[in-house]
Amino acid sequence: MIPALEVRNLTTSFRTQNGWVKAVDNVGFEVMPGEVVGLVGESGSGKSVTLHSILRLVHAPGTVAGSVKWQGRDLLTMPERELRKVRGGEIAMIFQEPMTALNPVLPVGIQIEENLSAHTALDGRQRAARARELMDLVGIPEAARRLKDYPHQFSGGMRQRVMIAIALASGPKLLLADEPTTALDVTIQDQILKLILDLRDELQMGVVLVTHDLGVVAATCDRMAVMYAGRIVETGSVVDVFAEPHHAYTRGLLGSVPRGGAGRTLLLSIEGTPPGLASIPPGCSFNPRCTFATDICRKETPMLAEFAPGRLVACHHHREVAAAGSPVV
Amino acid sequence: MNAALSQTLIAAEEVSKEFHIPHGLWRRLTGQPRLAVHALNGVSFQINRGETLGIVGESGCGKSTLARCLVRLFDCDDGRVRFEGEDIADLKGADRRAFNRRVQMIFQDPYSSLNPRMRVREILGEALAVHKMRPRAQIPARIAELLDLVRLPSDAADKFPHEFSGGQRQRIGIARALAVEPDVLVADELVSALDVSVQAQVVNLLLQLQEQLNLTVVFVAHDLRLVRHISHRVAVMYLGKIVEIGPTEALFSAPRHPYTKALLDAAPELDPTKRTRTVAARGELPSPINLPKGCLFNTRCPHAFDRCFAERPLLSDRTPAHKAACHLTDFGAPSLQNLEAIS
Repeated sequence: MIPALEVRNLTTSFRTQNGWVKAVDNVGFEVMPGEVVGLVGESGSGKSVTLHSILRLVHAPGTVAGSVKWQGRDLLTMPERELRKVRGGEIAMIFQEPMTALNPVLPVGIQIEENLSAHTALDGRQRAARARELMDLVGIPEAARRLKDYPHQFSGGMRQRVMIAIALASGPKLLLADEPTTALDVTIQDQILKLILDLRDELQMGVVLVTHDLGVVAATCDRMAVMYAGRIVETGSVVDVFAEPHHAYTRGLLGSVPRGGAGRTLLLSIEGTPPGLASIPPGCSFNPRCTFATDICRKETPMLAEFAPGRLVACHHHREVAAAGSPVV
Repeated sequence: MNAALSQTLIAAEEVSKEFHIPHGLWRRLTGQPRLAVHALNGVSFQINRGETLGIVGESGCGKSTLARCLVRLFDCDDGRVRFEGEDIADLKGADRRAFNRRVQMIFQDPYSSLNPRMRVREILGEALAVHKMRPRAQIPARIAELLDLVRLPSDAADKFPHEFSGGQRQRIGIARALAVEPDVLVADELVSALDVSVQAQVVNLLLQLQEQLNLTVVFVAHDLRLVRHISHRVAVMYLGKIVEIGPTEALFSAPRHPYTKALLDAAPELDPTKRTRTVAARGELPSPINLPKGCLFNTRCPHAFDRCFAERPLLSDRTPAHKAACHLTDFGAPSLQNLEAIS
């Protein structure tokens, strides 16, 4: 199968008072049609910037290098006019906070129709009908009446549904979701994630889901990529990574999440805190917090390399980490 | 559980709290009644000495309001909170100060709960001085001891809060609470602002400190996995009422209220091989201004029947330690067939 999206050597840098920092460093992954890929990491790991870089939403003085192949064309070098057809059209994006992403002074119906008029050939009446269909599709009750409502009249979960309706208006082939459920309660999160999966089945679109919640990854994604300090440190199918993490950071993250049946025992925590982007340690960026670290980890940056079909890891000691076992099995 | 553990330290009795909404001109002119958010609607439970009670629920269920009522940051409108048998609303003067010292609260946001213009030494020193915990000369030594207790470096004392990461700030918050040697810690969403790997550090610290100092902990959180991990007993709240309370493992393995079950089913499993595609709970939280009649969960409950819309169920015993507020008293009970299979 040909990947729908192919990201290669993506590097995003920002200029700060302390010189240039790389928020995303040499990131590469691909998304197959109809596949859900999870990008996991803690705050500052570069997962959201990766998503923004794909659609060229990073503005000067930030710079993006590398390539993002979408159906044979490179999004990063494509002229702005063509990009506008892809962005919001073939590739749609939803954001973490629906209240700040929606326009507060426009009824949601108009916001859905905006996308329809930009990316489809429908006339006014057809757009109004389609907007109502979309509201039905994402499970908003009394769709016809609520089209006239403003974002503040919706609850958090319903706003996120409106965002998804706007994203789906153009019939996208790929959905980029940036922490779509982080601001929501657990029962509403469950509804939204299952909605995204249903829509994926119905419309055969690929999904890139950015999240910090490993539970969300376990419940929704097919493959995952773990990010730390701007780099991908491990990728593979979700089942494989959970069963046998090969990077010490992945193992630590899995161990940090409490599990049932081990009440009031100490968690396998990771000491220290993630490094600031301006002071990434030499060698492997995880080495000061890693219990497996040796001299080579402090000198040489490990490259992301394939050790089994579909499984990549950037660790000098990944065999030892794997031998230590998964904390979730 | 031995006798010392099962001794009641704090008891909430039918605690209710309302927040009034500004009475608008139109509503006033048209003679409509003043609206209020019903944050707590008759909450009763006990906290035993030395235990950790977890309080879970979704946003807007009243769990933070309850935490604030327990430490008397809010006065309850109705009902009372008893600490060692005495109504905390009646405490005055020295008694009230003693209560304030013995029941400490740690707040959710480590960025706004520390004074940005005070050094850590001043933050901790203030707590020590207000409650006269140590003679002036011994204060520096005590500050060093506290920093060591929460595993912060000793040079932290002369820094400002902005020089620390979120996890370290939350440790400062814990040190400040522990400075006055309390009996009870009320932790409101202690780790929800922190990254996963840092959360685990703070949770481990809390577990160790509780053993070391024999603390009673009220752990308010929305993260079910975390509450399950850390609590001896758990109370589940919905729209300002406790719908179920019981020993952690009993409640998590066999929930006796449909809302608890929905909440547990909605929390994503950490095992990618156990996936479901059915939605755990439909609909959303009703408005806390106009509460539904009858059972508060009836708008979303798949098992609701006539009685649920007419009569509000009371919290009643399922087993001596496990209570639920549901008209379906055998909901989630091991059925007779299962019992036969076990025996």
